[in-house]
Amino acid sequence: MKIIVCAKQVPDTTEVRLDPKTNTLIRDGVPSIINPDDKAGIEAALQLKEKVPGSTVTVICMGPLQADVALREALAMGCDDAILITDRAFGGSDTWATSSIIASALKKMDFDLIITGRQAIDGDTAQVGPQIAEHLGIPQVTYAEKIDLEDDKLVVWRQFEDCCHIIEVAMPCLVTSLSELAEPRFMSVGGIVDAYNSKEVKIWSYEDVKDTLDEANMGLKGSPTKVSKSFTKEAKGEGILLKDLTDDEAVAAIMTKLQEKHII
Amino acid sequence: MVGFNLTKEQLLQKQLFRDFAEMEIRPIASQMDEEEKFSQELLDKLKKYGMMGIPYDRKYGGAGSDVLTYALCIEELSKVDGSTGVTVSVHTSLCCSCINDFANEAQKEKYLRPLVNGSKVGCFGLTEPGAGTDASGQQTTARLEGDYYILNGQKVFTTNSGFADVFVVFALTDRSKGTRGISAFIVERDTPGLEVSKDIPRMGIRAASNAEVALVDVKVPKENLIGSEGMGYKIAMTALAGGRIGIGAQAVGIAQGAINEAVKYVKERKQFGRRISQFQNTQFKLAKLQTKVDAARIMVWRAAVAKDNHENYAPLAAMCKYFASEVANDVTRDCVQLLGGYGYSREYPVERMHRDAKITEIYEGTTEAMKMIISGAMKVN
Amino acid sequence: MSRDIYVIVELRDGILSKVGLELVGKARELADNLGQDVVAILLGLGIKGKARILIEHGADKVIVVDDPMLSEYVTEPFTKAVCTILTEKQPEIVLFGATSIGRDLAPRVSARIHTGLTADCTKLEIDDDSKLLLMTRPAFGGNIMATIICQDFRPQMATVRPGVMVALENDTSRKGEIEELDIKFNESDMNVKIREVIKSTKKAVDITEAKYIVSGGRGVGEPGKFNMLKDLAGELGAEVAASRVCVDSGWIDKECQVGQTGKTVRPDLYMACGISGAIQHVAGMEGSELIIAINKNEAAPIFNLADLGIVGDINKIIPKLTEALKKSKTLS
Repeated sequence: MKIIVCAKQVPDTTEVRLDPKTNTLIRDGVPSIINPDDKAGIEAALQLKEKVPGSTVTVICMGPLQADVALREALAMGCDDAILITDRAFGGSDTWATSSIIASALKKMDFDLIITGRQAIDGDTAQVGPQIAEHLGIPQVTYAEKIDLEDDKLVVWRQFEDCCHIIEVAMPCLVTSLSELAEPRFMSVGGIVDAYNSKEVKIWSYEDVKDTLDEANMGLKGSPTKVSKSFTKEAKGEGILLKDLTDDEAVAAIMTKLQEKHII
Repeated sequence: MVGFNLTKEQLLQKQLFRDFAEMEIRPIASQMDEEEKFSQELLDKLKKYGMMGIPYDRKYGGAGSDVLTYALCIEELSKVDGSTGVTVSVHTSLCCSCINDFANEAQKEKYLRPLVNGSKVGCFGLTEPGAGTDASGQQTTARLEGDYYILNGQKVFTTNSGFADVFVVFALTDRSKGTRGISAFIVERDTPGLEVSKDIPRMGIRAASNAEVALVDVKVPKENLIGSEGMGYKIAMTALAGGRIGIGAQAVGIAQGAINEAVKYVKERKQFGRRISQFQNTQFKLAKLQTKVDAARIMVWRAAVAKDNHENYAPLAAMCKYFASEVANDVTRDCVQLLGGYGYSREYPVERMHRDAKITEIYEGTTEAMKMIISGAMKVN
Repeated sequence: MSRDIYVIVELRDGILSKVGLELVGKARELADNLGQDVVAILLGLGIKGKARILIEHGADKVIVVDDPMLSEYVTEPFTKAVCTILTEKQPEIVLFGATSIGRDLAPRVSARIHTGLTADCTKLEIDDDSKLLLMTRPAFGGNIMATIICQDFRPQMATVRPGVMVALENDTSRKGEIEELDIKFNESDMNVKIREVIKSTKKAVDITEAKYIVSGGRGVGEPGKFNMLKDLAGELGAEVAASRVCVDSGWIDKECQVGQTGKTVRPDLYMACGISGAIQHVAGMEGSELIIAINKNEAAPIFNLADLGIVGDINKIIPKLTEALKKSKTLS
């Protein structure tokens, strides 16, 4: 079985803090990690590989050269091949352009199953996976909380808010993984040695995909959506302490706060 | 090491060790210490991810990495739990190295392979009730009878012996020859006559297994003699030299872990109307502690790199253990002080780190023994 | 020339989704600004009768596709239906709920018809000068807000976070048009097979993964009172946690303990009920996004940390809060 996992290197946004003085994000020292949903996808792929002898897992990442370390990590977990698709010309890509670029690379590869993480913790769009599936013209099953192989069909437990569909889909297909799909294994010491010594990260640029990628679909120019402005949320101010309230006033104050924060 | 920087590969290894320690060890460290029991589940995971054979050759099933990476591992594990650090260190630097450096191919296939590929755990039986710093005072005997050596004697403070599968045991084959009469043997756990006691109750590293091993007419096949008769003392001293790099790394880890806890605490704790991190006394104290730990770490790295480069690393290893162990004791004591009453309470981990630090000045050669080695290398004596 | 604001309205178990009505309400506001119409798209089986409700909530027109292929949500048939409509009608703006359906459907649609899509918007406005849709949404794990525009492609598409926009009061006097549309489906459009639909049962959640936590301390007083917190947690979709004192007293399981010797949690909401806020407890929850604390003692250290602190009696406030939450959920 040929499995390809699309992974993204992201800053660990749970570690990002707001500088209260300048109201900007402190990005220094924030570690870069493999996006958690993607890492679960890598683990699921490795488990399928163990189940079906002769299978291969290739991990592909679109990003800057620094993303090499994320791919090494995937190799150290047990992936067989890694491709980093990187080019200045890809800079500023929105999800349409990103998915077009990744799809153009995938079109040059053989695959039975493509796994992408459901959502990246920096962009938070959850759009690239389904868009890749559309560009490739293959079925998609998103929000996978469990997958299994039965004969030559993939069975996916597809999560909805209030229920779960058990879906049977023929391959080739694309699945987007939730972080609960699989508990990612650690790298192994020997795996890291191999990742840097006997395995390699292939670097692809626009040159390598120009026959499958329309250059009108890449980079800032190829992106239908653009960021008009971005701003940090207000820094958390001092907390407020309310005393001498009636119980109803207290409840109202809490309800207001919960509504303000979109919790209810 | 390139300059003073770790390579990308070493940095990724460090990330593995750190993530593993945070996720797998932190949640159970305190409990293991309270129950004085090393988690077998944790041991299995250490084996599974290749941490029990880091610097050993792929040829024998080891991870094929280097001594510096091994030191990084011991430091990261020890930041969270000193007992885990010593468990891996004794297995790797004391037991496996004897076989790796001195055994024949058949012995390596039979014993080194499972030890370094994560199948089996090893320990090192040198210290006896009457032979500590004076290791030459071995009383355990090994008498050749036909195809077997018969071993009789007692080992004490044998780390990992509570669950080890493979024991490297030192015994006298010729009392008349002094240190040249000591030999090294590979003994399997289930050999009749080998009895491991309950763990010896200790001040620190309580989760680590550390027991007495009694040998009563233990029949060891003569193929299990490592090297030749009389090589035992050299084998033991060589192993210990490498082990000191591990203990240096353990001490650095314990110290750094304590500083990390203290920094976190002082930023939260308020007294006299402000965070105690804002008092210069706190800031200056922590600055001093971190400087010492940084110095100790670089000494450990230097010794590790020297060993990787096959240089004369033994004096460097002795220096790094001597310095790092003293630093660990100073640092952990000061960190308990910074946390005050809470630091003394078992709710916070620094008191455990302080208890764990003490042994680093004692085992694998006391600080006094290290000074003997260092002054010897200086050609003073 | 593209025009009109389209809203894809979901149904779950035959009931119109709340977010669908919210989006029709928002679309009404945007359409009024642009002088255009609101068109709701309703896809499903046996759903014709629901169209009227959408008109009452602000739609000028409802396009209904009623077909067995749409009885359960499957990507391809829904994508085909929506794309057929959008290609024919050429809307200016299309809105989807950012639900597990919307976030599966919208990207597929946007890729098929080659237009821009913005995810999980919490604010939508029309720019005064350019008349473009300004789509504002959180990114970077919620640490940043970004305003996105789609200048050169139509329709401008967005998935919108449920619970943020406001549905209009239903007005039975509103008039509108209902169009029934047939989509030519092929068998091959059903390219996956739904073997089974399993209704969710509540799974045991590790408190470290919980989005919202309701936590109790010494002030809870007795084990039975934890039920009060459980009820509140139920209404909020939260997990219940506790300080060490409650665990040591046997009132609640150790798995729920937050603090130095318990677990460290960083939920979006941490409600500290009757918790004093000693340093060992604070160590386990200070990273929470929103901290609301209720305690009888106004000098309790927890108030130094709380975003909203209420000096009061949890025995009175919590049950009333639970009631208020229950009430707010029922929609007219």
